[in-house]
Amino acid sequence: MATFKEFRNNIKPNWCPGCGDFSVQAAIQRAAANVGLEPENLAVVSGIGCSGRISGYINCYGLHGIHGRSLPIAQGLKMANRELTVIASGGDGDGFAIGMGHTVHAIRRNMDITYIVMDNQIYGLTKGQTSPRSAAGFVTKSTPAGSIENAISPIELALSAGATFVAQSVSSDLKGLTDIIEKGMKHKGFSLINVFSPCVTFNKVNTYDWFKQSIVPVESIEGYDPHDKIKAMSYSMANKGLLTGVVYQNTEQQRYEDLVSGFKEESLVKQDIHIDEETFNKLQAEFA
Amino acid sequence: MISQLSWKVGGQQGEGIESTGEIFSIAMNRMGYYLYGYRHFSSRIKGGHTNNKIRVSTKPVQAISDELDILVAFDQETIDVNAPELREGGVVIADAKFNPTLPEGLKPVRLLSVPLTEIAEELGTSLMKNMVSIGATSAILGISVEGYRNIVEDMFLRKGEKVVEKNMEAITRGAEYVNEQIGGQLPDFQLEPADGKKRLFMIGNDAIALGCLSAGVRFMPAYPITPASEIMEYLIKKLPKFNGTVIQTEDEIAAITMAIGGSYGGARTMTASAGPGLSLMMEAIGLAGITETPVVIVDTQRGGPSTGMPTKQEQSDVNAMINGTHGEIPKVVMAPTSVEDCFYDAVEAFNIAEEYQVPVIFITDLALSLGKQTVDPLDHSKIEIRRGKLLAGQELPEKENNEMFNRYEVTEDGVSPRVIPGQKYGLHHVTGVEHDQSGRPSESPTNRIAQMDKRMRKLNNLVNTFPEPVRMSAGSEESDVLMVTINSVGGTVQEAKERLEKDGLKVNHAQIRLLHPFPTEAIKQYVDKAKKVVVVENNATGQITNLIKLNLGCADKLHSVLKYDGNPFLPNEIYTQVKGLN
Repeated sequence: MATFKEFRNNIKPNWCPGCGDFSVQAAIQRAAANVGLEPENLAVVSGIGCSGRISGYINCYGLHGIHGRSLPIAQGLKMANRELTVIASGGDGDGFAIGMGHTVHAIRRNMDITYIVMDNQIYGLTKGQTSPRSAAGFVTKSTPAGSIENAISPIELALSAGATFVAQSVSSDLKGLTDIIEKGMKHKGFSLINVFSPCVTFNKVNTYDWFKQSIVPVESIEGYDPHDKIKAMSYSMANKGLLTGVVYQNTEQQRYEDLVSGFKEESLVKQDIHIDEETFNKLQAEFA
Repeated sequence: MISQLSWKVGGQQGEGIESTGEIFSIAMNRMGYYLYGYRHFSSRIKGGHTNNKIRVSTKPVQAISDELDILVAFDQETIDVNAPELREGGVVIADAKFNPTLPEGLKPVRLLSVPLTEIAEELGTSLMKNMVSIGATSAILGISVEGYRNIVEDMFLRKGEKVVEKNMEAITRGAEYVNEQIGGQLPDFQLEPADGKKRLFMIGNDAIALGCLSAGVRFMPAYPITPASEIMEYLIKKLPKFNGTVIQTEDEIAAITMAIGGSYGGARTMTASAGPGLSLMMEAIGLAGITETPVVIVDTQRGGPSTGMPTKQEQSDVNAMINGTHGEIPKVVMAPTSVEDCFYDAVEAFNIAEEYQVPVIFITDLALSLGKQTVDPLDHSKIEIRRGKLLAGQELPEKENNEMFNRYEVTEDGVSPRVIPGQKYGLHHVTGVEHDQSGRPSESPTNRIAQMDKRMRKLNNLVNTFPEPVRMSAGSEESDVLMVTINSVGGTVQEAKERLEKDGLKVNHAQIRLLHPFPTEAIKQYVDKAKKVVVVENNATGQITNLIKLNLGCADKLHSVLKYDGNPFLPNEIYTQVKGLN
């Protein structure tokens, strides 16, 4: 059994000291070990931005793609090689701006993939522009008079798109974050895990302290039932989208892979791709 | 006796024009004739004039003809639009229902007003008017109506014997009616007998889809678009039987990136689209280039730019396919010339993609993708699956201290060993950021040069190993005119060439099947020894002409024959224009 150390490589992240993404990296490594994976069973696909570098910092298979496209790449990888555990990851710009279309469709497709968004409410790598997660009024380089657009709530978005697992966490809580990623990896279907991962350089509003004061753990809500979608939606709305923990889970819905007619448990890449002459001749006879 | 015949059926879209053409042509194909069919249609589902022109011949044909022998018209508009194409002595079979008339100024042609709808209604449903029209046609050609029985059974037997008999009766009644009118067969419509051999009859997209399946594609992500959708539709039907599947994605960016993800995962993957989709895919094609991920992308060219003319013929994506995507990557652009090519080349496209670890763009045009051709039976023994330096199912040497597999090892031929994720000692990371041999991001100048050179030299030898990069039709190297084409235009030029040769010109024809890297050496001696080089292409700016100029620099003798009105060339148009140059 691999320990979390075996998911480490010798590459030093280029994130700023204090960046929330360090905890996300550590939490993925711990969760992978905790669910019993070996490095070769895991693939991390990432997008572009500071957070996108994460796939290169974990000792496993990985693909660092193009901006906003980690989800379709991850889904293609899963279809080809479904025995792999696939994590897709990226920032809030990746998932909720340029890649928003893919996010909604990946959610409704419900393939067995864990999607971890490192949400810092700002564009960090391009040095501080507004993001779809920035609150209205938020002042950035691209919104000097304050953002005049409304922020997206990942929880409400995911719920309305038909998500089967929606969770939120904060990178300051490594233990809680690890636990949630573990649950996401074990969930048989698509899991969206939005992680508040503060940008210590460009976002002076949504800081570690700000989150500490603002978040509402679902555990703190008496009688909270993560299987009740309507309540999950209303609690999220009532709490400005700042719920943390497993907000919603549907364990009944079948995975995409299980619903594809004729699709096997064994990865496509392990199957013989040759077509014998008799079968081929039958195929061409359909055109005679 | 005639050796070939051109037949066209027209009416309103949604009226069964396509199926009328299908039944007629499949029956003729089964009798052993060679066929070529081209549909004129609009970007709408119901209404609007549509027609299906089918050429029947005792020898292979790959183009529509200049003239028309028989026109079947379900409405007056069909006659008004198409009758001018009729040759002298041609026949119009028109539904008596609309009191057909011939427009003025035609060559002498014969109008046969046949109660197509009335006969069909007597038999139970007006839908069978297409069967009546087929019967009418066979009377003119002197073909026994029994020749249609097996196709009618294929189509209707699942609905019961009775339906088969009704349809056969419709054909018979149509034939009888026309026989009475013409009093026996018209002598200049008597087709020479066919050889009776079994052949296939398929559109380019069918052949591409079957090629992909045969090449081992078991996963295709794609977004619907004209004129590419038939490829995904075929695979949607077939892949579940081979444990695979098609995903209809949210857009073309998802299609190409899913294909890239699947290929990284170790599967042979592809997607198919047309110009608008390819434009969206360009960034991702660059990702495939720098991450050295094999992927095949079919571009079925149609009228551009933007939405352009979605159901019309054009060859205007050539520049974009060769030069598209920012930065510099090794990329292969192939251009099959016939439906048969579409099959064998599709299989080869995957071998090239995997052997060189590059994106392969497979260009067709609308007339090739949707034009229906008779194809000799496909040869299973020619299907070869070569996966290059993919280390599949092999024990990899043990590595220590989390050492990564060198996915981008600098090798002599530039191609590095590749592993399927899941293998214990194959751990590696790939990235669209410039990287070192192990896939770790690196911006060092020495590394940049080493990796860029490694990638770019992968294709150094491709022009020498590619099967027939230029298909030459040439008696000798010298010629008065060397005609150059890609895709469907080749079939039409081949006919123009025969006519020019009858006039005493020495004509060679080069069909370029590999557009990038450009096979300069394969065509150079023919260009050098030609008095004129004429590139015949369906676009406004002469994209292939410019490609020749760029690679061969023969500007002084280079000419373009261009057509960009949305319709394929007719042999005579090419003949006349080339003749005018000499």
